Amino acid sequence: MVYARLIIMRLLKAVVVLFLIVIFNFFLIQMAPGDPAAILAGEAGATDQEFLNQLRERFGLDQPLYVQLWRYVSGIAMLDFGYSYRLGVPVFDLIMARLPATLLLTGTAFVLSLVLGIVAGSMAAARVKKPSGSIIMALALLFYATPLFWVALMSVVVFSVYLGWLPAYGLYTVGAGHTGFALALDVAKHLVLPATTLALFFMAIYTRMTRTSMLDAAQQDYVKTARAKGLKPSIIQRRHVLRNALLPIITLAGLQAGQMVGGAILTETVFAWPGIGRLMFEALQQRDYNLLLGIFFFSAALVIVFNIITDLVYSLADPRIKKGAS
Amino acid sequence: MSFFARFAQNRGALVGLIILLLIIAMAILAPLLFPESPWRMVQRPFLPPLSQDGFPLGTDTMGRNVAAGIMHGAWVSLLIGLVSTSVALLIGVPLGAIAGYYGGIIDDILMRFTEFFQTIPNFALAIVLVAIMQPSVTSIVLAIAIVSWPPVARLVRAEFMSLRNREYVEAARLVGQSNTTIILRQILPNTLSPIIVLASLMVATAILLESALSFLGLGDPNVMSWGYMIGAARTVIRQAWWLSFFPGVAILLTVLALNLVGEGLDDALNPKLSRER
Repeated sequence: MVYARLIIMRLLKAVVVLFLIVIFNFFLIQMAPGDPAAILAGEAGATDQEFLNQLRERFGLDQPLYVQLWRYVSGIAMLDFGYSYRLGVPVFDLIMARLPATLLLTGTAFVLSLVLGIVAGSMAAARVKKPSGSIIMALALLFYATPLFWVALMSVVVFSVYLGWLPAYGLYTVGAGHTGFALALDVAKHLVLPATTLALFFMAIYTRMTRTSMLDAAQQDYVKTARAKGLKPSIIQRRHVLRNALLPIITLAGLQAGQMVGGAILTETVFAWPGIGRLMFEALQQRDYNLLLGIFFFSAALVIVFNIITDLVYSLADPRIKKGAS
Repeated sequence: MSFFARFAQNRGALVGLIILLLIIAMAILAPLLFPESPWRMVQRPFLPPLSQDGFPLGTDTMGRNVAAGIMHGAWVSLLIGLVSTSVALLIGVPLGAIAGYYGGIIDDILMRFTEFFQTIPNFALAIVLVAIMQPSVTSIVLAIAIVSWPPVARLVRAEFMSLRNREYVEAARLVGQSNTTIILRQILPNTLSPIIVLASLMVATAILLESALSFLGLGDPNVMSWGYMIGAARTVIRQAWWLSFFPGVAILLTVLALNLVGEGLDDALNPKLSRER
């Protein structure tokens, strides 16, 4: 019951946020260079005035702004995002076709960065004031300061061009005709570089968070008690410190996971990974504004889904949360 | 201990400060050392580094001098980092101060507004804003400011909430100072040190954001920037690694230096809270 209420509250909040983003998108389309009729119709560059007038009438652009807004919002409520002007295909279909690749990439990168970050962070916390701990933190700072797209490009140079270990582009080998297990292996090989480069930056964040959180938890009274009881330090670290340090990490990890969608735009661009990030880059290059805004809406929706999942995991992990207190 | 002595105790911060000063020097010296426009084609394209005098970092796909591009790019990166952070502070500080000082329903509304901006993926929002406003230094600065003010508002709000019931604030209220005066003269000066630390880290993030935007082709078409150089060389990475390598190192060093300086400022300004190391 408690969880049901929590989920309903979060979904309501999500709907409000998405609604605001739709309104925001609507006004952005009004601001976009060019004729909104052309943009909405997906025919930018059309010179035929008669045709544009027809479109204006058909899409209700001759109507007052609030009527247009209503039409736009109700269209999106029915998953009608209009057309991409270069490709002449509904925006929704394009995004749906690209979504699985992005989910695979961001999901892998998220798990990878979280696991590595927690391991590195707890190692650094256990080695405060030792050189090995400082080295871990220095590396974390280095990864944090490195531009994602640059790491991606450099890893192509090193691992793909010079060493020839891993493929640099695409989701699978085109024309190889792999099926079943061979296909899965092929995709996994293609996934290594994009997922690792995307994970590095977030790993740096999680490492710092884990260290801080563990050092905070180590100051708590129950840890002193455990120490006074004479428990082994390794057991205290694992059972008492890490367990309690994990809760704040989950919350912050969920917030950061949203930013992973943004990072995916860069990695997918470099690795020609056919996800919505790459689609966004293509939309940018062709000034395909309606497609661009559709992807923007979806990336925000993804973030919200991520956040809801985090909230649920958190409420399952923390027995203290009982009465839907967000 | 003096402020600088506390700052210099953190070795990393000192290294960061030196790197940062070098990069500022690069930005200032760029027009003197490379008076020609970094966009001009001056040699044959794809010249490798160290292969010819005057072109220590080689030339790009159009025969432009990479070294000149990096020197001129320093100026743009620092400028956009500083200005966009200032604009973000101008949005975030007042919102956070009002929310934290007044509390209640005003706080509720302002915080929902802040949360809304925190939910939207930063980078995607920045891309959309620049694309719609058309790429220029102004639109990039605005977009970066719009995506980076929420942490400022949250920080300032938390500080104001913890300070608003202090005795000196009560005293100011008793002598009849207006709310505006109390906010600006009494509380705000006491929140400056965490704001300064956050701001130095925000400049670093802004520079990363700017480079990512120009990498995607959303840079101001009139100014040479590091991100643009990497983006333009993306497709020829197999033939000419150096075109992407050097601008990337420049971004890395700048962002790293700013982060180190930020940590040093944190140690120097908040001595009580300085982290265990």
